[in-house]
Amino acid sequence: MTTVGDKKYKIIGTRPIRHDGADKVTGRAVYGIDYHMTGMLWGKILRSPHAHANIRGIDARKALALPGVHAVVTGQDLPVAADREVEAGETSLNYMHLSDNVLAGKKVLYKGHAVAAVAADSAHIAEEALALIEVDYEVLTPVLDGREAMKADSTLIHPEQTIKALAFRFDPGTDTGVKSNIAGRSVLKLGDIDAGFKEADVVVEREFSTSWVHQGYIEAQNATALWSSDGTLTVWNSSQGTFNQRQLLAEILKQPVSMIKMVPQEIGGGFGGKIPVYLEVPAAMLSKKTGRPVKINMTRTEVFEGTGPASGTESRVKMGATKDGKITAAYAELVYEAGAFPGSAVGAGAQGMFTSYKIDNVLIDGYDVVVNKPKSAAYRSPGTPQACFASESVMDELAEQLGMDPLELRIKNAAGEGDRRADGVQHPSMGNLECMERLMASDHYKSDLGGPNRGRGVASGYWGNAGMPASCSISINPDGTVGLAEGSPDIGGSRVAIAMMAAEALGIAAEDVHPSIKDTDSIGYNGLTAGSSTTLRNGWAVFEVTNQAIALMTTRAARLWETEPDNVGFADGVFFSKAEKELKLTFKQLAGKLMETGGPISVAASVAPRGAGPSFTTHLVDVEVDPETGKVDILRYTAAQDVGTMIHPSYVEGQVQGGVAQGIGWALNEEYFFDDKGRMLNSSYLDYRVPTMLDLPALETILVEHANPDHPFGVRGVAEISVVPPMGAISNAIYNAVGVRMRNLPMAPHKIVKALSEKNGSK
Amino acid sequence: MATVWIPSPYRDLAGGEQTAVVAGASVRQVTRNLDTAFPGFWERLVDEETDRIRAGISVVINGIVVGTALHEPVGENDEVHYLPAIGGGQP
Repeated sequence: MTTVGDKKYKIIGTRPIRHDGADKVTGRAVYGIDYHMTGMLWGKILRSPHAHANIRGIDARKALALPGVHAVVTGQDLPVAADREVEAGETSLNYMHLSDNVLAGKKVLYKGHAVAAVAADSAHIAEEALALIEVDYEVLTPVLDGREAMKADSTLIHPEQTIKALAFRFDPGTDTGVKSNIAGRSVLKLGDIDAGFKEADVVVEREFSTSWVHQGYIEAQNATALWSSDGTLTVWNSSQGTFNQRQLLAEILKQPVSMIKMVPQEIGGGFGGKIPVYLEVPAAMLSKKTGRPVKINMTRTEVFEGTGPASGTESRVKMGATKDGKITAAYAELVYEAGAFPGSAVGAGAQGMFTSYKIDNVLIDGYDVVVNKPKSAAYRSPGTPQACFASESVMDELAEQLGMDPLELRIKNAAGEGDRRADGVQHPSMGNLECMERLMASDHYKSDLGGPNRGRGVASGYWGNAGMPASCSISINPDGTVGLAEGSPDIGGSRVAIAMMAAEALGIAAEDVHPSIKDTDSIGYNGLTAGSSTTLRNGWAVFEVTNQAIALMTTRAARLWETEPDNVGFADGVFFSKAEKELKLTFKQLAGKLMETGGPISVAASVAPRGAGPSFTTHLVDVEVDPETGKVDILRYTAAQDVGTMIHPSYVEGQVQGGVAQGIGWALNEEYFFDDKGRMLNSSYLDYRVPTMLDLPALETILVEHANPDHPFGVRGVAEISVVPPMGAISNAIYNAVGVRMRNLPMAPHKIVKALSEKNGSK
Repeated sequence: MATVWIPSPYRDLAGGEQTAVVAGASVRQVTRNLDTAFPGFWERLVDEETDRIRAGISVVINGIVVGTALHEPVGENDEVHYLPAIGGGQP
């Protein structure tokens, strides 16, 4: 790891052992699947075998007659959710669609769509009962391809859906009255696209596609629910946002949020996939019916088929540049398959592509299209990897036609502070160009490839990051340690990072801050652990509470020294008298005197920070292609990323490497195989090929600390962006190695062999 | 007065202009005045039922995402954008 930046902190930038580390490595940490209650029943979900069908009726009498079965619920048991769009954390949603997704109403819209749920004495009895539920389906033709779904004569998945969303996903727009599977259209326009292409000497236009891919978290979804006789509902689950999920449950179940408590358990990965609710609703309904706690765990197959992967996409990208390498225009048409309900990440994809560059004339036309596949969900920089795969591949072809080094072309066009994105917004201070220049100066870039069939590729990426509210509280213990309560589930080490910022502010060791993650009744509102926002926003919250605590402790020191608070200062963890230099107390010493100076101190704060600070990155990869088998080996990989101020460098580096690893899988192997009935054929990790350690070299990082000027510690989001460039970089490297352009993901061996055969004129 | 960037698909409402200079000290006032100058914007951008900018749209002032509250202050020389909120997470 190479780091670039100033060091001005004592705790921030160090690498303490994470507070939850011992529990995690010894197996003591409690995950949702570990949670058990006395009298608990086990739930199972009946899922649709069809990708598209009307439900004419459900007969559960035989299942209910099976000994050990306590209840069955279907979509008919749910209240009618509102057919309206609302804000919900990172995005917006339609509650009726959400309700229909967790338990189907009158139609099933994908294979694996939940149809009914059973609660029984054991998981085995519940599973046996599923087979006894009789569902009368009227099977319909599935719509499985986005481009086909857009056609006027396509089967309509939602028969009443009309083309009316013109600018934003939920913009009322002008209702054309034309019924369609097109659910929304996102258009971004900057400058004059025609004039831009007229100015160009070289124009490249290509088409691309990407397959559906899953986030690939290790821990499957799980939920335990208890609907108590007093009307309160408590849910223990694996979640990326307890407050967001509380709101979703409240809307679906028609309950006030005050009657719902979400208790976060440890989480084994999410990457966006654990933002929505799935099992929580049927578990709650089964508990309401039985009066007992009900637990439901997903199998891996259910995770693949019944949760939200990233959209498959098709795109067309056109870019033009002058002879000296100035990009004059960029155009894209994006078609994102949303899955069964509207709401793909096409808007974010449109906002993310081309954004690494200063381009005055841009037009991006994005379509959100429903198809009979699982409802897509967020996946690390939602929507942007697919779009940037296309644009970064075209950038490489532009460089080739211009006779320029591909990294030099990027540097020449790098966006900087004050330049405008395609949506017109000006970039703030950031380290985009610095990442590119550091990569160009790296040993990796200067190294020889060292053999035949080897190639080098480069690609850049952008992700806007998010803010969202956060709350935390601290209590000062007599021994000078500090209890820190927060409400954001810790997926990637945020607990220690937040504790470190508190320690920095208070002038104590990170180990002296004891962080814990609370349920929704025990802490103020927190946004999602998503949008690369957790460390940023909780850093703000910690900044507020520690300032409050220091102010209160200043009054205690003043009381001890019989002076006014204005005469007391605080620096480097020491309170001191401004008038009498010998009067000093460390934070720990003063903490031991709180009881004699007015009692204990605990403070809380809630913040809604702005100025998230965007992320920029550029990646460099060397590959070797076996021309006989088409297998691609990653020889060397370096990611240069603007990471703002690093709080815990190990976890920053880990986030970058994790995203790269996922991107390599997305590039080379991962895909949902659907048959012509819309059935996924590879719903296990044996058949859905994620990279293992054996597939990856040591992933090198160049971490540029371009501090976010809008954050008290300079934090900017880190976690998501590293999954954006790998597909483009690897595609470009494969071309550099063997001379074939791979424009359809994944770039699996058989596709490469086929492309090489076509290139060589054989079949 | 603030400079408002017109959302791309609505530029027909504004005679094809990319930007408009609009008076107003809040997002509500700016949006109202934009609608007065170019009718149709209020309906497109505001959810009357919640009295907020529509879900799915984020207001960005001077590059900072400020959310959907209509009372958000707008300064004399501010730049205001109405952008698609980052999507893809739900349901």
